[in-house]
Amino acid sequence: MSNTPTTPLLSLRNITKQYPTVIANDQINLDVMPSSIHAILGENGAGKSTLMKLAYGLIEADAGEIYWQGNSVSIRNTAAARKLGIGMVFQHFSLFETLSVVENISLTMPGSREQLSKQIIELGDHYQLNVNPAASVHSLSVGERQRVEIIRCLMQDLKLLILDEPTSVLPPQHILSLFDALRKLRDNGVAILYISHKLEEIRELCDTATVLRAGKVTGSVNPNEKTAKELATLMIGHDVPSVTGRDQQRTSEKPLLKLSSVSVEAQDPFGTSLSDINLDVHGGEIVGIAGVSGNGQQELSKVISGELLSKLLAPNAINMINQPAAHLGAADRRRLGFSFVPEERLGRGAVPPMPLSKNALLTAFEKGMLKKGFLKKKAIASYTQKCINDFDVRCGGPDSTASSLSGGNLQKYIVGRELMLTPKLLFVAQPTWGVDIGAATAIRQRLLDLREAGVAVLIISEELEELFEITDRMYVINGGALSPSLTTSALTPNDIGEYMIGNQQELRETGGNHAV
Amino acid sequence: MSTIEFFLAGTLSAATIFLLAALGELVAEKSGVLNLGVEGMMAVSAAVGFVVTYETGNHLLGFAIAGVSGVIVSLVFAVITISFLANQVASGLAVGILGLGLSALIGNNHESLTIASTNGIAIPFFSDLPLIGPVLFQQNIVVYLTFALALCIGFTFKHTRLGLAIRSTGENPHAAQALGFPVFLIRYCCVAFGGLLAGFAGAYASTIYTPLWADGMIAGRGWIAVALVVFGTWKTGRIAFGALLFGMVSLGELIAQSMGARIPSQLLSSLPYIVTIIVLAIISTNAARMRLHAPFSLGEVFDGSESR
Repeated sequence: MSNTPTTPLLSLRNITKQYPTVIANDQINLDVMPSSIHAILGENGAGKSTLMKLAYGLIEADAGEIYWQGNSVSIRNTAAARKLGIGMVFQHFSLFETLSVVENISLTMPGSREQLSKQIIELGDHYQLNVNPAASVHSLSVGERQRVEIIRCLMQDLKLLILDEPTSVLPPQHILSLFDALRKLRDNGVAILYISHKLEEIRELCDTATVLRAGKVTGSVNPNEKTAKELATLMIGHDVPSVTGRDQQRTSEKPLLKLSSVSVEAQDPFGTSLSDINLDVHGGEIVGIAGVSGNGQQELSKVISGELLSKLLAPNAINMINQPAAHLGAADRRRLGFSFVPEERLGRGAVPPMPLSKNALLTAFEKGMLKKGFLKKKAIASYTQKCINDFDVRCGGPDSTASSLSGGNLQKYIVGRELMLTPKLLFVAQPTWGVDIGAATAIRQRLLDLREAGVAVLIISEELEELFEITDRMYVINGGALSPSLTTSALTPNDIGEYMIGNQQELRETGGNHAV
Repeated sequence: MSTIEFFLAGTLSAATIFLLAALGELVAEKSGVLNLGVEGMMAVSAAVGFVVTYETGNHLLGFAIAGVSGVIVSLVFAVITISFLANQVASGLAVGILGLGLSALIGNNHESLTIASTNGIAIPFFSDLPLIGPVLFQQNIVVYLTFALALCIGFTFKHTRLGLAIRSTGENPHAAQALGFPVFLIRYCCVAFGGLLAGFAGAYASTIYTPLWADGMIAGRGWIAVALVVFGTWKTGRIAFGALLFGMVSLGELIAQSMGARIPSQLLSSLPYIVTIIVLAIISTNAARMRLHAPFSLGEVFDGSESR
């Protein structure tokens, strides 16, 4: 911020943390000044989260020193961190769903619930982070949960707030109000460590940026003075790859996937019921579903994949590759030429402790891998090896276990496995979630190539940039209901944001011409 | 005492065994640990409680040492599952079977012996009221304490920080650890508390309810207690109600015989188990309610790692 020399609030010196297979942090030096917003920029796997967990006392460094206001300290656990005045908001929140807001906060704060409720309301008013203290957490939106986490940090004597990818779960409008709150906090003397891989956000919000790559600091810059491209180059070490694809027309007259008035009651009380979903995807186009997570994406993906069968649906409510499919199970749908990449790679997309070759068998078993029910090991191994080669999966070979791969490499493997089945209809949930830029670009390019080959592609994504980059049309899901079909080229991120937070009415009146 | 008075008073007394054990299991499960060794813990403490009481004539001492023995057996289970990260279901079954064997060994020299029963505490004035007097106000002190304990535990879970800490540990141990709660310690304490109450339940069964020792006398009551926790969807009030219901059903055999009904006694004595199966099947169909109240990480091994 200012040029006046002051003692850094937090200094990390030569911090090193080694895991069995990788050095997550290698001789990291970092100075955080009071009253500043300091970005930690880096790709997934660059060591950002490890570094923050060290600062918050969740893990201990193998070597190096930590200084707090100039004094050497050791942060052995989170209680010690909080005592110093460090608070952290996690990417996946650490709230308890069955408890109310005030109960969650009273877990870490002394005081009666009445007092705490009063404080929650006061802080909420002051920072525009309003939330009802008596509400049950499971009834809150993702944005509201984040507010609860931030308020919980604010209630202690907060000097340093660590935020891990805070905007990955927010619609654009809420991002702006979060930024306002963070700036207000900074002006009140709080330092903020802001972990992100979103360059524009960092340029807009942060005063300083420390860039990490493969566990090492590759630069400390003022993000306002750099272009997004320069920052990206620091982050990934070379120029940013880009995807290419030309405008494509639909190649199938009839949609290859059509959902007509699909309503499904949520099975989980914390889930979202789907109401009156209408959706179609033609061959030769990529259709995206945008929305803040927890608005019915999981339920919708299970309904489309066939994992969740509703007896109340007429067979024709879901039409897949010109066949009524609502009554068909997941395996039957795959036989029609449908492929699916679920959002949870470990557990739903792949079996973690099993080797890649066995994981290939999961969906590709009909590709000559069985002989009268017995496994043909050679066929399995060659299919796996081909997938590894063609999709540039970095791993120890077909025998390495799925859990040993990084998120990006496992995703490339799973997408590759599904593409090698030559589907007519491909459905990918969160194609590049937790994937580094290089792998994400490769996956997006594959999807565009598929479109050119006439495949119908449906993706669910929380990354708006990704949807704008590769989709032809979009739907927005909010509260289990789907927006009308929207043409991507006629949209701005703000239009999508309006649908995300449920202001469709307003949008229809002012800009309804976006709807197809 | 009329038949109806005998029946109602007996229901309360029989329910106490179920309730004590179920409350202990509830606390352990709320912290995320599924301890299926309740039957074994109860059997060991029933034997220990009986032997100590028989040899010393001191009911209080018998109760106390029975409680300690329950804690010891539960700690064996806790070490295996919490420190050595073994599967909770398999370990619970193993410790349960171990307990049944141990109880036979401990009670070997006291088979079929009896001890003097204790008198109930008659509460002045109230105990003389017709019907409700003998039923509600002439019970053993353990009965009163058990129902008071149910209220305390319900209150603790709902209104205190300790209760919240236990619930959050059972809901999401990773997040609880990130908040600075000693997850392992909380789970150890909850399992040990479960052992203590199972111990008391065993001692009540062998020294007060039927003051005699016979091998196998717990006869599946520990399993019914485990089922009761599910039956009550992890809420103390419903568990207490369930305990009374099962207490009543378990007396059905005696009542039917006294009234001269011609129903095979085998059928009547199997009634509690049949009812357990039916009730569990019905309760489990309501997935929404199960999800709302069941500790989310129940039965999952937690290795203390910081990530999910």
